[in-house]
Amino acid sequence: MNIVVLVKQVPDTWAERKLDATDKTLDRASVDVVMNEIDEYAVEEALRIQADQGGEVTIVSMAPDRGVETIRKALSMGADKAVHLSDPALHGSDAVQTSYALAKVLGTLEYDLVIAGSEATDSRMAIMTPLLAERLGQPQLSGARKVTVDGGTVRIERQTDNGYDVVEASTPAIVSVVEKINEPRYPSFKGIMAAKKKPLTTLTLADAGIEADRVGLASAPSQVVEFSNKPPRQAGQIVKDEGDGGVKVAEYLASQKLV
Amino acid sequence: MPSLLLSRRDLEFLLYEWLDVELLTKRPRHAEHSRETFDAVLDLAEQVATRDFAPHNKKADENEPTFDGTTVTLIPEVKKALDVFAQTGLIASGMDESVGGMQLPGVVAGACFAFFQAANVGSSSYPFLTIGNANLLMAHGTPEQVDTYVRPMVEGRFFGTMCLSEPQAGSSLADVTTRAVPQDDGSYRLFGNKMWISAGEHELSENIVHLVLAKIPGSPPGVKGISLFVVPKVVVETGERNDVVLAGLNHKMGYRGTTNTLLNFGEGVHTPGGQPGAVGFLVGEANRGLPYMFHMMNEARIGVGSGAMALGYTGYLKSLQYARERPQGRPVAAKDPSAPQVPIIAHADVKRMLLAQKCYVEGALALVLYCNRLLDDERTAETQEDREQAHLLLDTLTPIAKSWPSQWCLEANSLAIQVHGGYGYTREYDVEQHYRDNRLNPIHEGTHGIQGLDLLGRKVVMQGGQGLALLHRTISATAARASGDLADLGAQLQASADRVVEVTGQLWATGDPEVALANASVYLEAVGHVVVAWLWLEQLLAAEGRTGDFYDGKRVAGRFFFRYELPRTGPQLDLLASLDRTTLDVKQAWL
Repeated sequence: MNIVVLVKQVPDTWAERKLDATDKTLDRASVDVVMNEIDEYAVEEALRIQADQGGEVTIVSMAPDRGVETIRKALSMGADKAVHLSDPALHGSDAVQTSYALAKVLGTLEYDLVIAGSEATDSRMAIMTPLLAERLGQPQLSGARKVTVDGGTVRIERQTDNGYDVVEASTPAIVSVVEKINEPRYPSFKGIMAAKKKPLTTLTLADAGIEADRVGLASAPSQVVEFSNKPPRQAGQIVKDEGDGGVKVAEYLASQKLV
Repeated sequence: MPSLLLSRRDLEFLLYEWLDVELLTKRPRHAEHSRETFDAVLDLAEQVATRDFAPHNKKADENEPTFDGTTVTLIPEVKKALDVFAQTGLIASGMDESVGGMQLPGVVAGACFAFFQAANVGSSSYPFLTIGNANLLMAHGTPEQVDTYVRPMVEGRFFGTMCLSEPQAGSSLADVTTRAVPQDDGSYRLFGNKMWISAGEHELSENIVHLVLAKIPGSPPGVKGISLFVVPKVVVETGERNDVVLAGLNHKMGYRGTTNTLLNFGEGVHTPGGQPGAVGFLVGEANRGLPYMFHMMNEARIGVGSGAMALGYTGYLKSLQYARERPQGRPVAAKDPSAPQVPIIAHADVKRMLLAQKCYVEGALALVLYCNRLLDDERTAETQEDREQAHLLLDTLTPIAKSWPSQWCLEANSLAIQVHGGYGYTREYDVEQHYRDNRLNPIHEGTHGIQGLDLLGRKVVMQGGQGLALLHRTISATAARASGDLADLGAQLQASADRVVEVTGQLWATGDPEVALANASVYLEAVGHVVVAWLWLEQLLAAEGRTGDFYDGKRVAGRFFFRYELPRTGPQLDLLASLDRTTLDVKQAWL
């Protein structure tokens, strides 16, 4: 069972996330960066399946040079090898272009499963696995809170608002996972040292057979035209309790669709 | 969110921009390492400390260990955190590859461990003692002892302790009475009581490896007759319960997550091999126990300084955050009472308290890392001469590395409470616990008074005063590098260092140790401040020419230390130079 895990480097959740004023892309340079949190769960799930079924776990990441820090972390958790797609021409690629580029990289690998986090904390689009499934013509199992593999069949429990659905597909398949699926391990110190020596292949556009005019900001199908900062927080609403405080609070929460 | 345990930015400044620890990767012992692995293991330590140690710090304080006469019970989070600590390989981070270690430089391993001390000093005591115990056995144990005890400690299956004090012999180890009776098979049976033994009993590990000071009958009196024994809770060879049992737990002001025990050895509660007496095995040669134990003690003393620093540091960061968020009062010059309140950090006196904390905790972090770097140099510097110089300087600085953070980072915790006002005195906030935890540090591993005697009575006079001369040369070299904007600080530091040498000479010129040592604690405090001033100037030199809030913060804290703190040493050194006899002459009845 060979598994590819897609890993994304994102700005630290606690950092102030900004768009670059010059080209309206995400400012990655001036903030601390980390592995997208849900991707840690994806790596963990792949390692657990590997422990049960054997095979190799390969990390794939499309990121600037600095992305190697995140890839090393995934390797130090226990993945076997990694492919880093890094080319300045990728800068500003939108989700559709990114899926094209990642699909090309996946095309160079042999795998039974691709596992990814359900969404990234920077873009919050949750669109990458469906896009990849479409491009690769492979089934997509999304929102998995549990994954089981039986021969050429992969079965998941898909998290829903009221419970879960059981969905299955034949391999190769694309699976996205949610945080309920497991508790990611820490990298061990031994893993950190071993990660330095694990195979890490860096690919340029040409290496991956990616056509340059199909990626990058200039040809992106979707463009950020304008942006502004969030408006300042509105003043709070004070509910005076005149014997009906509880009702008023409940009504307020319902009006905000919080209950 | 920036950590409230330690400042990673400060750590990186000290490790990479000041101490240049990347150079250590050129030494064969650390050749497998790089900045990348240093950063990754610092990330790992920060993560585990934040997620697995910090969350139960308060709970462990509120639910101290209990003993039902048979079993000690701790809250379950302690074991879970320690299991994670062991699984990630952090116990073995600095140890030799031959026992499964990762040979991380001590200075980086120390920085990693400080995160745990800041997060939860109670839970971090267990690995702290285990690492020290394993290092001692690595240095002085037989290969069999290393296999039997060190490997399981590295794997996190066994934990360690150090058993020195007895109910009647704490600071005065010459008076220990625990007996070790030789047996025909080469082992010993131990009989006696040991007091204040941290981590002396618990169910956190498969076994507990006690390192015990005891006297073999017929050995010379005093410290020259003390030997060191390894006494496991469970005899490894037979699986029998050893005759070492818990007499009771001590109930403490802080460090409540760490069991602190009175242990009875050889009272016949268990009878391994069919007879009473705790089975023990000699470490190294007979009657050399104290020097061996000091192998562990010296590391432990720097570690205590580190723990004090870490508690001070986290208290500082928490009070800084509070001061930024707490609106109260208006600027002194404000006339309009309806104007909005300002956060308390805007008030000069609050800034003073934050600056004082900053210069104490960042100064202490520099001191602890510098000493850990000396430990690395002592072990792996290129030439024999460099290794000897590092050893001499470290030996001289160790009492200061232990005591200075214990005194001044405790003061930082007091100021952190003060910044919080009434809230700081409640259990709603963390800072009161940090203060209580930190209050132990001037006491254990050699009290403040003992450290003063060690510095003035031993360290500055050893080898004909070479330790003090080396310290003076090293400080002078830093002072000489300070030019331009820093020239005034260099001159102030040089004058203070010269005065220390002068006063040391005056103290010993009398030839009367009683007079010389009467105010050893004052000496310790004064020399400690001069040493930390030196390390602040080192930091300012490392920050020279660099811009931004971080470096400006370093500059203002460094100058604050020279303006508000270093001048304290003038009256202290004057008092010492006067050979004041007040503490000698005061009659007990007058007190």
